[in-house]
Amino acid sequence: MLWGSNARETHPIFFHHLLQGVRKGAKLYVIDPRRTTSAQWADAWLGLDVGTDISLANAMGREIIAAGLAHKRFIEHATSGFEEYKKHVEKYTLERAERETGVPAEAIRQTAHAYAKAERAELCWTLGITEHHNAVDNVVALINLALLTGHIGRYASGVNPLRGQNNVQGGGDMGAIPDRFPGFQHVENDEIRAKFEAAYGRKIDPQKGLHLSGMFEAMEHGELTCLYVLGENPVDSEADRNRAKRLMGGLEFMVVQDLFYTETAALADVVLPAAAGWCETEGTVTSSERRVQRVRVAVPPPPGVRDDIEIVYDLARRMGHEWGPPKAECIWDEVRSLSPMHGGMSYKRLEEMGGIQWPCYDESHPGEIFLHGRLWADPLIGPRAPFSCVEQEPPADRLDKDYPIRLTTGRRLDSYNTNVQSGKFSSPLRREETLDISPEDGTKYNVREGEKVRVSSRRGSVIAPVRFDPGLRPGLAFLTGHFHDQVATNDLTIDAVDPKSGTSEFKATAIRIEKHSAN
Amino acid sequence: MSDLAPKPLIPVPRGPVPEAPPPRKRAMVELTIDGQKVSVPEGSTILDAARQLGIDTPTLCFLETLAPVNVCRVCVVELEGSRVLVPACSRKAEPGMSIKTDSERVRLSRRMVLEFLASSVDVSTAPQFPGYAKRYGADPERFGSKAETVAQPPKIDNDLYVRDYSKCILCYKCVEACGVDAQNTFAIAVAGRGFDAHISTEFDTPLTNSACVYCGNCIGVCPTGALMFKSEYDMRQAGTWNESRQTKTDTICPYCGVGCVLTVHEQDGSIVKITSPLDQSVTHGNLCIKGRFGYRFVEVEKPRKK
Repeated sequence: MLWGSNARETHPIFFHHLLQGVRKGAKLYVIDPRRTTSAQWADAWLGLDVGTDISLANAMGREIIAAGLAHKRFIEHATSGFEEYKKHVEKYTLERAERETGVPAEAIRQTAHAYAKAERAELCWTLGITEHHNAVDNVVALINLALLTGHIGRYASGVNPLRGQNNVQGGGDMGAIPDRFPGFQHVENDEIRAKFEAAYGRKIDPQKGLHLSGMFEAMEHGELTCLYVLGENPVDSEADRNRAKRLMGGLEFMVVQDLFYTETAALADVVLPAAAGWCETEGTVTSSERRVQRVRVAVPPPPGVRDDIEIVYDLARRMGHEWGPPKAECIWDEVRSLSPMHGGMSYKRLEEMGGIQWPCYDESHPGEIFLHGRLWADPLIGPRAPFSCVEQEPPADRLDKDYPIRLTTGRRLDSYNTNVQSGKFSSPLRREETLDISPEDGTKYNVREGEKVRVSSRRGSVIAPVRFDPGLRPGLAFLTGHFHDQVATNDLTIDAVDPKSGTSEFKATAIRIEKHSAN
Repeated sequence: MSDLAPKPLIPVPRGPVPEAPPPRKRAMVELTIDGQKVSVPEGSTILDAARQLGIDTPTLCFLETLAPVNVCRVCVVELEGSRVLVPACSRKAEPGMSIKTDSERVRLSRRMVLEFLASSVDVSTAPQFPGYAKRYGADPERFGSKAETVAQPPKIDNDLYVRDYSKCILCYKCVEACGVDAQNTFAIAVAGRGFDAHISTEFDTPLTNSACVYCGNCIGVCPTGALMFKSEYDMRQAGTWNESRQTKTDTICPYCGVGCVLTVHEQDGSIVKITSPLDQSVTHGNLCIKGRFGYRFVEVEKPRKK
């Protein structure tokens, strides 16, 4: 089950594996507001309205329970809160879900039954689930389904967020989140902090830090005045771009370390040119399947451009700290000494085994091909997995008569994020940014394909040519975030932030389209 | 994460080390190849058995990651009791088979196959060909200059691939890689019959009007250089392509989170092409357009502007 993921275009080689399964008779269900190229391979496509995932998931949960398809033995053995969940989803009838999501009740019923009855089932999602103001609620609504059916902690049965960047998993694993040390060890846990304090010979602030959205809030309040940006282009990638630009432009001091002179770098006081991590430096990245893999120097960086590690070590030296040789393997061994789940991953083993999936506790541990197997151990190891009761809540940017169209965003096959990297090769597939709408809306708003229209949200407005996409239903529009020079999509998007994850609701903007006078 | 997030488990409880279900047990099949007994798991091919014995069998249309299509016939072997020679790459090993891989009949057949191919097709960029030709004494010239060929100008209709069908031996690998064996895009197929059979997009439209998504997986499997990265083609045309000056380094793709292994081919400090190892469990040699061609950003603007 692919939920809010267009893996055919965003994770093409993963989709190869998926298609191998489909060829062998696996069933594929795609849940997405757009009938994407992934949905075209599906046994069933559930084209729900943007931001109605919880209604759909809760209704599927209710149906699974009502039809007697819940995995009672697993629920009793390894979960908590089932009775509350059962009571909670009682009001999410198929009829209600049909009304809220736009998906026919029978399609919801069939999908719920197929998922519950499958011997093995994977539930994968991407940003269609997480780029919402209630992202974490969306995720736990899906996890409920896995707990309900026992599709977790077993070979080829599980939940799987498909990671969109080659090391976004590794970044989190290494503690590039506000409240964790490497290995997801909590900053506010005294015992853990004491371990790191002993290793580094200094006190560590017991307070957790800020995530990206929190930093922008702190800039707004004048609490954050200095910023060091490594390999990010937030001026283009942040929701409500004009606000992001204003806040970063108002900083007292900003350093940007990047491969390119990005829009963000243009606002910086100091720009430090960095080498390309994947082919000009040594190190590791961690893929979506938790596999730590080596990256290696394949070509020399251009003159004057330095490895991130060297730059950071030099900065430390200027601040009076001597950290030793700026070598990726030394840093990795430090990680291994402090993060138990990376303990067994020496460079030697990573080479020999072609990467290792964490956790890997010691040098005799093979790594783990799936997680949560403990939930099936008898007796149960560790605490029970909790059901969560979450309510359907519409996107923050409400539709009304002034802004009647739902705009959602995503990637194209040949492009990536703000196109800093992918914009540099000559792709025959590349076409300029278009506002994709349904042919029916073309008729309704009296616009032709190729005609430039003004697209406005409550925050800003852009001019974009129209393209008809029969994969979109009336009332739904689509833009990428790839071509900000041409169409600054994030002038439109809302920075309504999920309080738990800090993610903005890129997937749901209320817009209107109007004839553009320049035509 | 904030206060609202569930408190993490510290330390994360360790469960049993998860394992994949054991592979299905396969009965062993015993056969004789060139007088040597060999035992292979049921379902193995004659080629698998020969390789197990260290017997080097030539192949052109065969690739480990693709379903065998039996078209080039260069791997044929002599099977006792069989009227015709059989293709080692697809014929399953059966108990009691007796096989000769280097008999006069096999050698003659392989020589003829190589001669027919090389007399009608430009094999100058097929890396395996010179070795095979020498081994079997193939002399494509003996058919004379009047032998019909598939010579034609290369098709250059985009900035990423060149398709030079004067080098195509019709091995079908590209069709398979574009189709069910990997990419499932179906941009190309075999069109025409007999000598006119050729690989084509629908209605022979330029690649840019076809279903092609430029993953380059067809180039990855092409055994003759008929399909070639434009970067390599241009360097060959300019006389600057020099494999002896190239290094190959495995690293990880900088784009999505799948973790595809990229083999970076470097010459004189620049990336000249990207491939992926066939035996890699994530990619099986396949990549997408970004992995295959998206490396340009480290090459443009060298030195990169500050």
